[in-house]
Amino acid sequence: MASVPTAGAPPPRAETAETVLIVPGMHCAGCMAKVERGLGEVPGVVSARVNLTVRQVGIVHDPAIAAPSLIAALERIGFASQPRAEELAPPPSAVKPLLPAVAVAGFAVMNVMLLSVAIWSGADGATRDLFHWISALIAVPAIVFSGRPFFASAWQALRRRRTNMDVPISIGVTLATGLSLYETAVGGHVAWFDGTLMLLLFLLAGRTLDAAMRDRARAGVDALLRQAAPGAMVVKDGDVAWLPAGNLVPGMIMRVAAGERLAADGAIVRGASRFDQSLLTGESAPVLLTDGALVHAGTLNLESPVDVKLSAAGRDTSLAEIARLMEAAGQARSGYVRIADRASRWYAPAVHTLALASFVGWMVLGAGLHQSLVIAIAVLIITCPCALGLAVPVAQVVASGALMRAGIMVKDGSAIERLARVDRALLDKTGTLTLGRPVPDPAALAALSEPAAAVALALASHSRHPLSRALAEALTAAGHRAAELEQVAETPGQGVSALWRGRAVALRRPDGGAGMATALDLAGEPIRLIAFADRLRPDAQAALADLRALGIEASILSGDNAPAVAEVARATGLFAQSSASPADKLAAVAARRHGGHRVLMVGDGLNDGPALAAADASIAPGTASDVGRQAADLVFLGDSLVALPRAVRAARRTMRVVRQNFVLAIGYNALAVPLAILGLVTPLLAAAAMSTSSLIVIANSLRLVRAAR
Amino acid sequence: MTSLVITIPIALVMGLVSLAAFFWALRRDQFEDLEGAANRILIDDEDEMEQAEADDGQDRI
Repeated sequence: MASVPTAGAPPPRAETAETVLIVPGMHCAGCMAKVERGLGEVPGVVSARVNLTVRQVGIVHDPAIAAPSLIAALERIGFASQPRAEELAPPPSAVKPLLPAVAVAGFAVMNVMLLSVAIWSGADGATRDLFHWISALIAVPAIVFSGRPFFASAWQALRRRRTNMDVPISIGVTLATGLSLYETAVGGHVAWFDGTLMLLLFLLAGRTLDAAMRDRARAGVDALLRQAAPGAMVVKDGDVAWLPAGNLVPGMIMRVAAGERLAADGAIVRGASRFDQSLLTGESAPVLLTDGALVHAGTLNLESPVDVKLSAAGRDTSLAEIARLMEAAGQARSGYVRIADRASRWYAPAVHTLALASFVGWMVLGAGLHQSLVIAIAVLIITCPCALGLAVPVAQVVASGALMRAGIMVKDGSAIERLARVDRALLDKTGTLTLGRPVPDPAALAALSEPAAAVALALASHSRHPLSRALAEALTAAGHRAAELEQVAETPGQGVSALWRGRAVALRRPDGGAGMATALDLAGEPIRLIAFADRLRPDAQAALADLRALGIEASILSGDNAPAVAEVARATGLFAQSSASPADKLAAVAARRHGGHRVLMVGDGLNDGPALAAADASIAPGTASDVGRQAADLVFLGDSLVALPRAVRAARRTMRVVRQNFVLAIGYNALAVPLAILGLVTPLLAAAAMSTSSLIVIANSLRLVRAAR
Repeated sequence: MTSLVITIPIALVMGLVSLAAFFWALRRDQFEDLEGAANRILIDDEDEMEQAEADDGQDRI
């Protein structure tokens, strides 16, 4: 295992090993205590330390203990976990390298300001010179240290003959520091150390917030991605062992239990079962496959365990095709320029022109070189995009925090900008508009008598079969309680049987008949058939009406067959396109974009991947395939589709606040710049104006705390 | 003026000490899990915490 990022984890000693387990189910203090205590009781474990942010626990233990026994210990206290694969180690934090710069700038600002207040209060002569010197002593190293992120970025931009927000910042900071040093050396009246440092501090704060948002969103999405167990039980010489997906080799035999997703492509060598291929093709009806049939990674085994021989062909052609389409599709969107960058494109040249014009103007009017330079630098400092640098990140951080509390995870700030502009929505059917999993027929459930429902719930809770789990979930939600059973036995592929008050009861597959159903058999009573079907998500109608109210025209874009799509289209009243291949979906997105529309793609499957990557903005449900979640800008948790209008509304509110912030920031410049050009700006005035405008922008952004309501 | 000779160095040293403390905390990975740190205060099982601390301490030797 790689080095552990857990807080305070002691470094492993020579005789201990270290394992990092991912525990997606931890979310509170109670869970942390339970996990740490549970692992601590395992003999041979030296220490266990939870990192709640990334949902991981780092365990220092005796090398004799293997990961599976630690996983088993967690399983006993009710937490599913899995070892962290190397490639899943968290990417380096974007915030961490900025924190020292912020700290140094903060320290320097406080101390220099202390001295500056004395100077503004009227200290002069030897005292003023001494204070200037002390300020310089603190400020120059601090500026060199804290300014590096800006200097590096500006230098890179200049080398590529481009300009960005960091260029005017770097020039302003460098000139102001140089002039202040000169003033200090000649015993001048004003030095700008305080203003320069304050500028750096505010800009670094904005930059850090931007990075923090990216880190936090990535941690959330990564935790989701890690949930999908990439691995399989492999049969070898009669033994069964779990292998991670990366170690699977063609020719191996993997045993896939009912309710498991396939980790790799292959052919069935033993057994027969129904498979849910909706993530791959969008088709909602399960397919019955037997010996020799090819099955693909990502499909869900619904009925009975099968043995699958991994195919030698390696990557399946349809998967390779999707990967190729995604790569091409991602490039279409990379052309998007973030609003802050667009603002800086005209802002940087404008500022430089203004400063140069002031310098030339004062020279022409007969002021000396020194005075003209002081005024030009005052213009540069006062126009430095302090509040402008905070305008976008603060609003986006606050809004994404609000969205996260509402169960919607945003991957980066530009996703909010793009989402705010959409006017067309394309929705996948299976797994997006619908739940993508079988749900028992409500009419059949309502027809069950109270004891029958209690027995059905008890039987269903003894099986991990997808239909059983769906049944148990629905009955529990309806308020039923499980009956007491004896002699419970599950026969794979057949069902669960037991004794209830001396009567034989069973929940089993129905005799004959197609479609998904389960039979509830209470000895002495007629067999009750409970049909299962994929259903619309709750609140789908309300969510679609809400989208319409937001001016977004929605339509269905599904890979499923026409009759299945028509049914959902009728229920929702949306225009629909059926039997769409991944390339068709990509083309549908491209066609609307060419038509001048901005497209929101909502989908979950592998087959939606290219369209998700190509759309202006994309959203995937938390239950989506890895590819879907990776390609989407936003991921929503829970079943309700209301997340869609909620996300769009929050994005639009955010952009409204961002625009207000720009007006506030630029408004401050409009007021202060004439004063600077006239040579009336003092360091005190610059410091006051700078902090006021920044605070106003932050306060305005904080209104977004309730943006996701 | 004489008081400044004492007070300014004091102010600077105090600031530097806190800056050093921050760098120390940063290097010791104390900012790695803010969410967990916020929740840890709610864990009220004292025996367990003492045990965990004992483990930590023993390991740092």
